[in-house]
Amino acid sequence: MHDGDQVALEGFTHLAPCASGHEIIRQGRRNLTLIRMTPDIVYDQMIGAGCASKLVFSWGGNPGVGSLHRFREAVEKGWPQPLEIDEHEHAGMAARYAAGASHLPFGILRGYLGTDLAQYSSSSVKFIDCPFTGEKLAAVSAIRPDVAVIHAQKADRRGNIMMWGLLGAQKEVVLASKRAIVTVEEIVEDLHAPMNSAVIPSWVISAVCEVKRGAFPSYAHGYYGRNNAYYKYWDTVSRDRATFQAWMDKHVMQSKDFAEFLQSLEAEGLHV
Amino acid sequence: MSEMTYTSDEMMTIAASRMVRNGAACFVGVGLPSAATNLARLTHAPDAVLIYESGTIGTRPSVLPLSIGDDELADTADVLVSLVEIFTYWLQGERIDLGFLGAAQIDKFANINSTVIGDYRKPSTRLPGAGGAPAIAASCGEIVITLRHNKRAMVQKLDFRTSGGHLEGGDSRARMRFPGRGPTAVISDLGIMTPDPVTKELTLTSLHPGVPVEKVVENTGWPLRVDPNLKTTPPPTETELSVLRDLQERTARAHAGK
Repeated sequence: MHDGDQVALEGFTHLAPCASGHEIIRQGRRNLTLIRMTPDIVYDQMIGAGCASKLVFSWGGNPGVGSLHRFREAVEKGWPQPLEIDEHEHAGMAARYAAGASHLPFGILRGYLGTDLAQYSSSSVKFIDCPFTGEKLAAVSAIRPDVAVIHAQKADRRGNIMMWGLLGAQKEVVLASKRAIVTVEEIVEDLHAPMNSAVIPSWVISAVCEVKRGAFPSYAHGYYGRNNAYYKYWDTVSRDRATFQAWMDKHVMQSKDFAEFLQSLEAEGLHV
Repeated sequence: MSEMTYTSDEMMTIAASRMVRNGAACFVGVGLPSAATNLARLTHAPDAVLIYESGTIGTRPSVLPLSIGDDELADTADVLVSLVEIFTYWLQGERIDLGFLGAAQIDKFANINSTVIGDYRKPSTRLPGAGGAPAIAASCGEIVITLRHNKRAMVQKLDFRTSGGHLEGGDSRARMRFPGRGPTAVISDLGIMTPDPVTKELTLTSLHPGVPVEKVVENTGWPLRVDPNLKTTPPPTETELSVLRDLQERTARAHAGK
């Protein structure tokens, strides 16, 4: 991953690649275009830490809790830097990823009509007439990130990865991207994958890293549950700039890896 | 029946739950819609099919989820599908009968803003944004909107139109070839507004018990039409109230425990 890259860390409430997000912050990556349907806590952290100059998204909140305060401050006040936004609806983002994976220039859907979204995201949404029926449809430009980052449950030693549970748009984003990085809960000899499992073969993946609990505070089905209390806790940490910066320095910047980050939370009495 | 006390939010949730027909396929978001549809499933509509946009179809959670992708939604679903599939085959494929949506603002044609307060490029409040709402509003058979009644929420003009309700009113939805019928009810903490059959302008058709009509009119940001045959919403039954409270107590315990 390089400064200025277009980067998609995907995961729809499940399997959010949080450990990778922290590493991007620690490496001080700048000027990234961050892409994600549902930017959540880890994107809030990356935006607040100054990694991003643009966000491509369709829903930016703390699920069930409220606002992402670092995202809001970037949009409302330009802090720590202005954040350009390319804003969509979920159906449109899903179509954009599917088009990217298919190497098509655009995806198509019955969407955006009767809304103000297309007016403000006009570089990536246009309306076209169906050549068969004449119906007015939305065309959304394909997303082809430089790097996709996802978290999965398992990889085997050859680098094939397997996921189960809510799969979001992870398969599409891996296949849409030039490079794909996958963190996993564990690397095993054999996936013992039942037929039709959600397996992504190693030869479309650039790198696999074992990071236990790497989706915390989201969850990895079959390994650990979603830490709902932490999502509420983040609301208090992120509300104020100075509190956020002190927290990030103490817990993320001063930890060498995600395991140390989790230990630093436990040392404060947070149940992780 | 003995006198019961209940909150206006409980009345709103229970009134919303009554919109769920048994067997209906419902597209559900977190918060009040989740409480309303699960209450319906636990009372009068045991065969309602609950679908969350994370890809859980036919889910039966024992507690309300904090996010649309909580693990229990996945564990208790009939089937899990990818995001691409939920938005294409199921939602755009017109398989969903009823969608529930919240809003920061609505106008008199039940169009929805959930994007910004103020100017889009320099907002005073940046809200989470569209999510699945525009597709839900366009493609579900019908839509029920829930939000609390006040002049900041029920506005003359939206700051941003995130999702299309009845657009400019009249037959404008049909002219846009939206597949679904659009919003059929707006349920607030004060009453229920439904669109006029012809103009599609929201009309106050039911007041929750004890709410004066003037209070609804004063808390609406446009000159609100009131149905001459204004009804009173039936108050919560003992069963509705006890099942809802049990559900919310279980939820609070579960969310505090982690």
